[in-house]
Amino acid sequence: MSKREGRISGINGNMITVNFDDFVLQNEVAYALTGDEHLKSEVIRVRGKKAELQVYEGTEGLKVGDKVEFSGELLVVELGPGLLTQVYDGLQNPLPLVAEKCGFFLKRGVYLSALSDTEEWEFTPAIEAGASVKAGDVLGTVPEGIFKHSIMVPFAMRDEYKVVKVAKEGSYTIKETIAEVKDSKGEIQKITMVQSWPVKIPITAYTEKLKPAEPIITKVRIIDTLVPIAKGGTYCIPGPFGAGKTVLQQLTSRHAEVDIVIIAACGERAGEVVETLREFPELTDPRTGKSLMERTIIICNTSSMPVAARESSVYTAVTLAEYYRQMGLNVLLLPDSTSRWAQAMREMSGRLEEIPGEEAFPAYLESRIASFYERAGVVRLNNGKIGSITIGGTISPAGGNFEEPVTQATLKVVGAFLGLSRERSDARKYPSIDPLDSWSKYKSCVDEKQVEYARKILIRSTEVGQMMKVVGEEGTSLDDFIDYLKGQFVDEVYLQQNAFDEVDGATPAERQRYVFNVLHYILEAKFQFENKEETRHFFQQLRQDFRNWNSDPWQSAEFKKREDLLKSKIEESTGRIKG
Amino acid sequence: MQKVYSKILQIVGDVITVEAEGIGNQELAEVTTSRGKTLAQVIRLDENKVYLQVFAGSRGVSTGDKIRFLGHRMRVSFSDNLMGRIFDGSGMPRDNGPSLAENLIEIGGPSVNPAKRIIPKRMVRTGIPMIDVFNSLVISQKLPIFSIAGEPYNEVLARIAMQAEVDVIILGGLGLKYDDFLYFRDTLEEHGALSNSIFFVHTASDPTVECVMVPDMCLTVAEQLAINGKDVLVLLSDMTNFADSLKEIAITMEQIPSNRGYPGDLYSQLAVRYEKAVDFSDAGSITILAVTTMPGDDVTHPVPDNTGYITEGQLYLRNGRIEPFGSLSRLKQQVNAKTREDHRTVMDTMIQLYSDFNGAKEKLAMGFETTGWDKKLLKYGEMFEERMMSLKVNMPLEKALDLGWEIMAECFEPEETGIKTEMVEKFWPKKEAETREVEEEVEQEGPTTVEELGSLENNFEGK
Ligand SMILES: Nc1ncnc2c1ncn2[C@@H]1O[C@H](COP(=O)(O)OP(=O)(O)O)[C@@H](O)[C@H]1O
Ligand SMILES: [Mg+2]
Repeated sequence: MSKREGRISGINGNMITVNFDDFVLQNEVAYALTGDEHLKSEVIRVRGKKAELQVYEGTEGLKVGDKVEFSGELLVVELGPGLLTQVYDGLQNPLPLVAEKCGFFLKRGVYLSALSDTEEWEFTPAIEAGASVKAGDVLGTVPEGIFKHSIMVPFAMRDEYKVVKVAKEGSYTIKETIAEVKDSKGEIQKITMVQSWPVKIPITAYTEKLKPAEPIITKVRIIDTLVPIAKGGTYCIPGPFGAGKTVLQQLTSRHAEVDIVIIAACGERAGEVVETLREFPELTDPRTGKSLMERTIIICNTSSMPVAARESSVYTAVTLAEYYRQMGLNVLLLPDSTSRWAQAMREMSGRLEEIPGEEAFPAYLESRIASFYERAGVVRLNNGKIGSITIGGTISPAGGNFEEPVTQATLKVVGAFLGLSRERSDARKYPSIDPLDSWSKYKSCVDEKQVEYARKILIRSTEVGQMMKVVGEEGTSLDDFIDYLKGQFVDEVYLQQNAFDEVDGATPAERQRYVFNVLHYILEAKFQFENKEETRHFFQQLRQDFRNWNSDPWQSAEFKKREDLLKSKIEESTGRIKG
Repeated sequence: MQKVYSKILQIVGDVITVEAEGIGNQELAEVTTSRGKTLAQVIRLDENKVYLQVFAGSRGVSTGDKIRFLGHRMRVSFSDNLMGRIFDGSGMPRDNGPSLAENLIEIGGPSVNPAKRIIPKRMVRTGIPMIDVFNSLVISQKLPIFSIAGEPYNEVLARIAMQAEVDVIILGGLGLKYDDFLYFRDTLEEHGALSNSIFFVHTASDPTVECVMVPDMCLTVAEQLAINGKDVLVLLSDMTNFADSLKEIAITMEQIPSNRGYPGDLYSQLAVRYEKAVDFSDAGSITILAVTTMPGDDVTHPVPDNTGYITEGQLYLRNGRIEPFGSLSRLKQQVNAKTREDHRTVMDTMIQLYSDFNGAKEKLAMGFETTGWDKKLLKYGEMFEERMMSLKVNMPLEKALDLGWEIMAECFEPEETGIKTEMVEKFWPKKEAETREVEEEVEQEGPTTVEELGSLENNFEGK
């Protein structure tokens, strides 16, 4: 087939208009040729004999009349062993290799293969000749770091097949044939360890989608206890700048009890990715004893990188997530920030002169957001195994105001809302998740009744706090005042957590249950203090002890000792407990 | 020889449209008008219509004027001859020196490969406690000063620049008042830093389009210096003028605005510039300090808002001091663990207490009775403001930390601060030896009766 070509007739920012003679496919990839550079582009609208393309690169120097070659393929990613530990840009370009080739700066038009052609993998067949298979069925496995990586029948093969031949146990590169299968027409198809898949289409090689039920422990107390997240669930973290969205995601990417974490740095700071990139190889994953990098993939299309590739980056990320989910693994996908993705859509929509919706976002914003989060979920695979994708995206609302299109569209589809508050972050109350505004549909790892009780106290405490602003402390009853301090206490010693303290920074579920039980006891206690000064003094002291306790290693001697101390202090005041 | 075109089809705002062929996107052209020569840049191509942004503005451009395309994008000369020189937004000399043409480099180059960045770890000491203690500045940080008009933001900028130990200072003036330009020049001169400085200055009376070029001019030069191992500090004042210029241009291009007239790509435009801040693996660095004046003192205005989402924190300048609330250095945790072990404790506690102080102040303003606790807070807040927050204060970090402890000890009992015992024992200024004794006593006490112990245990274990 001869290459289909066109000629540039207009350039506006990263959008080019191309005249073509033959035909074009909507969303096919094309390359704009300038000098010796090939600039990757995507067809995004066709009108008559003119196609409009978004260029995934800077368009400087392009000229009217320059040639464009159409590829006939949608934007795809490569799926195979070797994805873990990688750092890709939004188009799956491996950034460290690009750096080796091009030096300090990114160079447009450089596209390197995502997976190594020469690396060999130890293949173990899982199936024999004669078996029937379909898309997603496991043909064999290779060890990839700490995982058994399944080599599956490519998801694009939609027929039923008979296995004709499977490779023997041994080392193979991803380009070598590891199985031959026969389709229903009797034609033989060769299968290698690598397949490609278009990023904007979900992989659906599973039997059913299940309801997310099991919590993911993040070791962030306020999340796990109060606004939990679930395997296969979705959540969002909206918050004004500097409120702690990225830090929260970094913490989750470290501590969350999942198999694989995919970080999608979408249109925000490069420096933040660098932290992960440099630190993860040095950090040990307590679950495996190996480096955290071994379970991580980073998709990095930060704010100064091309905008069109930013739009694709979240799809690249979720497609990689789906691939590992197909192996029965639990994947956590963390896009930061989905607002930048939405803005990329807005920029393109503006160039296409589409009729703008609210704040100039395109009318299809809501449906795009919904279908993106729809790619999360728990699924039962063909072989009965369960895999999951959890998506937790940050949102950067303009002016920190949640009444804006991206936040509102996201809130309609997610299962948990972790809203960050400027007031809390200003007062250095971290994590700055608002304990009362935030909500979750998922199950807590702590006794639900105790959580409800604490929530009531928090609400009461806030009410009293508001009231005190009107009537003053002197106009508040002692009982109300005690409730007020109890609420503050819950916040100060439990909901707030010092991310930089080695121990306090990550609280395992078991410890959360244990500590929350102690907290519950304090909350239920009916104290009888003489006056407010005494009450305040008591809680201040208790707060200090509790915070000290938070920093003692779980079940260590100090932990026990401090617990006894705490108990005795409470004991001292139980003399005053009524009934 | 480049072809000369003279068919100007349209003049809208500072954008002229000319019929021409074979022109590259973003290419430069020279427009010869009755007023002289000016540069213009291609910003859009549609068949044979070429849209050009005229740097000097379109005033006085006639439909018969001559346009010569130069075949390259905007460039800046890079050599040692730049040092100590002053240019305008299009790179023409503003001093009496010669114009430079050697080693021309296209501005606004591609972004740094994230894989080539390192985690910044070098603290910049400024002598300002509100920065050093609470929001440490770090080499390669991009940090704006959010300010209301009339605050001494340029003074703060200059003061930090003079304290920072960098190799080169580049000042980018965007709509800079002439007086302020002179102030910067004289201050650098006084400190003998002028010969290691480069100025690209667009003043309020210069054409709008040139304002947009300034950050790229500064940062391209900075990038070249940084690759050559230099630590460069770039000062940009005032980036709100940059955003307003973008807005003006977008409106003449009839782009659909996203928010209060600003174009939808304001975020990306700002980010491309700020993200040039970098600490290279095996080379130098670029630190960016900018001023962002907040129209109407409104931080949710699109310019400060988008900026805050891009930069690594911000310093709020209000009432002549750097506000503890809202001010943030996102890189502080990269350095403040290694300064002194009490650094983070002092930082966190003093801010939390200051937040409580504000509560107490509110109470006072409402006319409520103040409790003993409130009185302590009020005393604390005032001391903090006077002895640490004031911009008059200039002291090294260690002294500022000591002062922090002193202020707290003058106002509170240790346990009222919530500071962990370990830290209290080590750093709380010694005047109350009782604290420790009380602790030990309690430890020995324990539960008094077996029944009590039993009931406690049950309660702790739950089910
Ligand atoms: N959990 C936390 N503990 C301590 N400091 C935090 C925490 N979360 C945020 N911060 C502080 O706030 C800064 C901004 O947080 P970040 O997550 O980058 O904000 P956002 O992504 O919402 O703009 C951080 O650099 C850090 O100094
Ligand atoms: Mg962030």
